[in-house]
Amino acid sequence: MRATLWLSLAVALTACVSIDESGDVADSSTPAPIEGPGGGGSFGFGRTASAQEIAALDIDVGPDGAGLPAGRATVDDGLAIYQARCAVCHGVDGTGGPNDVLAGRIPGDGFPFATEAARSTVGNYWPYATTLFDYIRKAMPFDAPGSLTDEEVYGAVAAILYLNELVAADAVVDSATIAGLVMPARDRFVPDDRAGGPTIR
Amino acid sequence: MTDSGDSISRRSLLAGAAAAAGSAITARVLRADGAEAAAQAGPDPTKVPGDRPQVLGSRSPHETPEKLISSSIGGVTRTPLQDLYGTITPADLHFERHHHGIPRIEPEAYRLLIHGMVDRPMVFTLDELRRFPSVTRTYFLECSGNGGAGYSETPRADVSPQQLDGLLSGSEWTGVPVKTLFAEVGAHADASWFLAEGSDAAVMARSVPVEKAWDDALIAYAQNGEAIRPEQGYPARLLLPGWEGNANVKWVRRLELSDRPFMTRDETSRYSDPLKDGTARIFSFEMDAKSLITYPAHPVRLEGPGWVGITGYAWTGRGRIARVELSLDGGATWASASLQEPVLPKALTRFSFGWRWDGEPAHLMSRAVDETGYVQPTVAEMQAARGPRSRYHYNTIRGWKVGADGTIGFATV
Ligand code: HEC
Repeated sequence: MRATLWLSLAVALTACVSIDESGDVADSSTPAPIEGPGGGGSFGFGRTASAQEIAALDIDVGPDGAGLPAGRATVDDGLAIYQARCAVCHGVDGTGGPNDVLAGRIPGDGFPFATEAARSTVGNYWPYATTLFDYIRKAMPFDAPGSLTDEEVYGAVAAILYLNELVAADAVVDSATIAGLVMPARDRFVPDDRAGGPTIR
Repeated sequence: MTDSGDSISRRSLLAGAAAAAGSAITARVLRADGAEAAAQAGPDPTKVPGDRPQVLGSRSPHETPEKLISSSIGGVTRTPLQDLYGTITPADLHFERHHHGIPRIEPEAYRLLIHGMVDRPMVFTLDELRRFPSVTRTYFLECSGNGGAGYSETPRADVSPQQLDGLLSGSEWTGVPVKTLFAEVGAHADASWFLAEGSDAAVMARSVPVEKAWDDALIAYAQNGEAIRPEQGYPARLLLPGWEGNANVKWVRRLELSDRPFMTRDETSRYSDPLKDGTARIFSFEMDAKSLITYPAHPVRLEGPGWVGITGYAWTGRGRIARVELSLDGGATWASASLQEPVLPKALTRFSFGWRWDGEPAHLMSRAVDETGYVQPTVAEMQAARGPRSRYHYNTIRGWKVGADGTIGFATV
């Protein structure tokens, strides 16, 4: 009885060892860690991206307007798109819908968001109008994200800028309008000055 | 509708409290009465054959921790902090904060594109990402909107740790350092930012300073020893240790190097922090030191005077927790709690403190101090610095008031 027990234990142990020995982890030597740009060699994994591959994904719009496509829309065209595709969630004039309030200015251009129950909107909080194009093109309308044509996105942007009193009713909005617009909140944004240590910021 | 997912619906509050109260009552009855315990125990397990093992393990049917789903349209669930031990959150209980749901991504179709200010724009498959030298590290992840309900001198009392601060979890992550990938594509030395973009319906996008890549950023594909789960970014996500949850872009499909930030919606309109001087802090990535007592906490009720093992979590995005201090009298006096070793940087640290409750009302508080000397502030201190309505980064001191009847409610000072 005792002998069989020892025997089976020994078998089990040998089995474990042989599994360990045959495991493919034996050669786990990794290349030296790579430190900083230009350091180390290439691993040779991955392949060069084609221009089409990059173009298909690289549709972001920068704060300088880089990446804005060709196209334009009048505020009237835009309001039609806005009423058809956006108003149900954001309200007919950019307020009062079930989702984010998009329109509204604070009298005297105040910025009381840390002290009062003020609603942030495109007109009173957003530093760049380019963000509007970038975000709507990718993420709106929420029930069919990314479904608008570039012309329709220009229209939606025109409508929202108009509802925020940032362009006139007869405006035509294109890449130059969007990149050139200095939003009311542009200079409100400051870098993070928290840095640890005893001071509460 | 809130942006940061910090609203708690009345219904979920009540449901959570009722469930927790129910299990507390059962536990009490079992402990109090040995005969009843025997009656409920079922047949003697030493006298019947045991169950066969299964291909996948499962929790004991008696352990039913659950995430708390909130009504947010994009998707929000909270981790049941009060039900957990140690410092690792089981992956299926990790909090979620999505901006447009969880995408379904085929691993074979997955590609990570890295382009912009690089020598050679490249695409990597999932298999290729997994072949690079990997690192495994333990980090916390917290939504920067976590705990907004605590940013008040008169918060509601009937909230549990999960309801209050459940947008917090801790995991062991495995992935390839972003710096390895940046070296592979030949990142230009003058690139100062990169855009990280997800392939969810929100196309979540955040600008990240390149220094973070040269420091400790990861493209993570595994969590707690297994492939990342869909709701955590399967098959791969960006991980920025110690930085606000939103910037840790899930389902990451693209990194674009640049010499300026991109000013996306979720780093301007959202996840920027208005300040009382009429400015707003932008790119406020780091999570300041914070701590929370998870036991005893609402809706637990202390049965009577006696020994209570106070415990909870402390964490900081700036490195290691240096110490956690405990107060039993609403902040008048403080004593050091013990920290569970090892204390890892940018990871959850478990603290504990033995307390003999005399049955008198008490006000328990914890205060984290990190290795930079930062001390978790009071609500008053934070409101004085930022303003009472400032958004995000709610790391003020949390407290629980214990009544003479043993009931517990959330209370700050
Ligand atoms: C089905 C409802 C719905 C529709 C339709 C919809 N949106 Fe939205 N919108 C939302 C939700 C929800 C959010 C918030 C998403 C988030 O926080 O991630 C949002 C956010 C936005 C924001 C950002 C607001 C902010 O303050 O950050 C803009 C701008 C916007 N939508 C524009 C539009 C436009 C333009 C359209 C029409 C083309 C549109 N939306 C259609 C639901 C909708």
